[in-house]
Amino acid sequence: MSRWNELTKGIIKENPIFFIMLGLCPTLAVSTKVIYGIGMGIAATFVLIGSNIFISLIRNFIPDKIRIPCYIVVIATFVTIVDYILNAYVQPLHKALGIYIPLIVVNCIILGRAEAYAGQNTVLNSILDAIGMGIGFTLAITLIALIREILGSGTITLQMLGYGWVWEVPVKPMTIMVLPPGALLTIGILMGIINHFKQKEK
Amino acid sequence: MLKTSISPHIHSPQNIEYAMRNVLIAMVPALLASVYFFGVRALWLEIISILTAILAETLMQLLLRKPVTVSDGSAAITGLLVAFNMPPNIPFYVPVVATALGIIVVKQLFGGLGHNIFNPALVGRVFVMFAWLPEMTTWNVPLHPDWIRHFNLFHINLDSITSATPLAVNKLQGMSALVSQFGSKTQLYLQSFLGNTGGCIGETSELAILIGAFYLFSRKVIWPTVPFVYIITVAVLTALMGQDPLFHILSGGLFLGAFFMATDYVTTPMTLSGSLVYAVGLGLLTVILRLKSGLPEGVSFSILLMNGLTPLIDKLIRVRTYGKQSKRGRDHE
Repeated sequence: MSRWNELTKGIIKENPIFFIMLGLCPTLAVSTKVIYGIGMGIAATFVLIGSNIFISLIRNFIPDKIRIPCYIVVIATFVTIVDYILNAYVQPLHKALGIYIPLIVVNCIILGRAEAYAGQNTVLNSILDAIGMGIGFTLAITLIALIREILGSGTITLQMLGYGWVWEVPVKPMTIMVLPPGALLTIGILMGIINHFKQKEK
Repeated sequence: MLKTSISPHIHSPQNIEYAMRNVLIAMVPALLASVYFFGVRALWLEIISILTAILAETLMQLLLRKPVTVSDGSAAITGLLVAFNMPPNIPFYVPVVATALGIIVVKQLFGGLGHNIFNPALVGRVFVMFAWLPEMTTWNVPLHPDWIRHFNLFHINLDSITSATPLAVNKLQGMSALVSQFGSKTQLYLQSFLGNTGGCIGETSELAILIGAFYLFSRKVIWPTVPFVYIITVAVLTALMGQDPLFHILSGGLFLGAFFMATDYVTTPMTLSGSLVYAVGLGLLTVILRLKSGLPEGVSFSILLMNGLTPLIDKLIRVRTYGKQSKRGRDHE
């Protein structure tokens, strides 16, 4: 039961974007197309799982005073792997995400999970935590990207490297929704709605 | 934050309904001018915007389980202001989206009348400006509805059909092109003042706006400080920059913005010295945006930016309590 809880808590109850409000930088920046949101989510999830496993494994050897630099080194290793893999096999996505791939190193979700969870918990729990948080992040960023793409471009893009589809939505595209103000507006209103229902529950 | 001064107080008959009703009356001349110069379509734009505003306000207040205060008229003013800021040929969904966004997000989600940081009508306008830039900057004006030929009160030259706003022509082709388009400088000033130029439907007629504004001054609904300091700042700065100051104050949305949007109670500083800072800031930003940015006009953006600075102005410039000593006129609490 508790294992299951470790896995699912990141998806809704402790969703990194809507409830802990971490990792907003890539969320706001790359959520202009659904496929970019999914790509960013998968990249971050990979890094999250890898770094959670490693940090959990070496948690007893890391001196407390320099733990943050140690975490950063581990995370940066996995980010470099993701960066090179994307550049080699999924170049359009690599181009679209741009600087936000290297910036996963300082993504607060990953650093936050390392500091708050993997540094104190067993490997198995850390993996479950990472998967849950990764799914939560991916779902949130995809939801924001879906709203922004429909309103801002009038399409739903699920296409990469020639595979997949692009749907046209009969909406007059509002350019502002794919610009930064649209991102802030979308995430603000979504957070407001979620908080409204959360308060009702109590 | 609001400080009441030391007693005695004078009771004033003013309340929200009084102020809003008077503002609505003061907007009637500009409304008539918009219909006179741009035809019945302008009236439709205004009616649709007002209905959207009233509907959005009612729905939001019902949804948030708040008392429905739509009868105070503030929503109708927001709707009418949005319509005034629309080009004549705009598709009808644009003012609807702008008004709905202004009322729902900027006004009601921030807590309703009195709690909004920004002017709802202006946020709506700026949002649709960046959402549908081509529609919002197309000025193919059907400038003269037929009845102007029958009721040509001001002996308007019916051949001068403009395709761009005077500010845009001035920016792209220079002042001389503009003067030759209108015939002479006097004609340019006169037509700009009357409202016979391209532009948003409610902003072109400075005469109509002034009539409404003086009605508001006489009713003591708004104070003349901010609008006049704002307009004078624009005149002085444009003159310093080597532009024609009279042309700049008679063009674009300056009068509409200065009298009807920069005087909003909620989003402007509360003290006199604060309003002076606010008004000079408005003038400075407007001139910078008009002359140095990529867009021909900057009144909406200036007012929104200064709205954002208003809490800071109110924090730094406070009323000194009578008899209380403080360093450099400021009291630190």
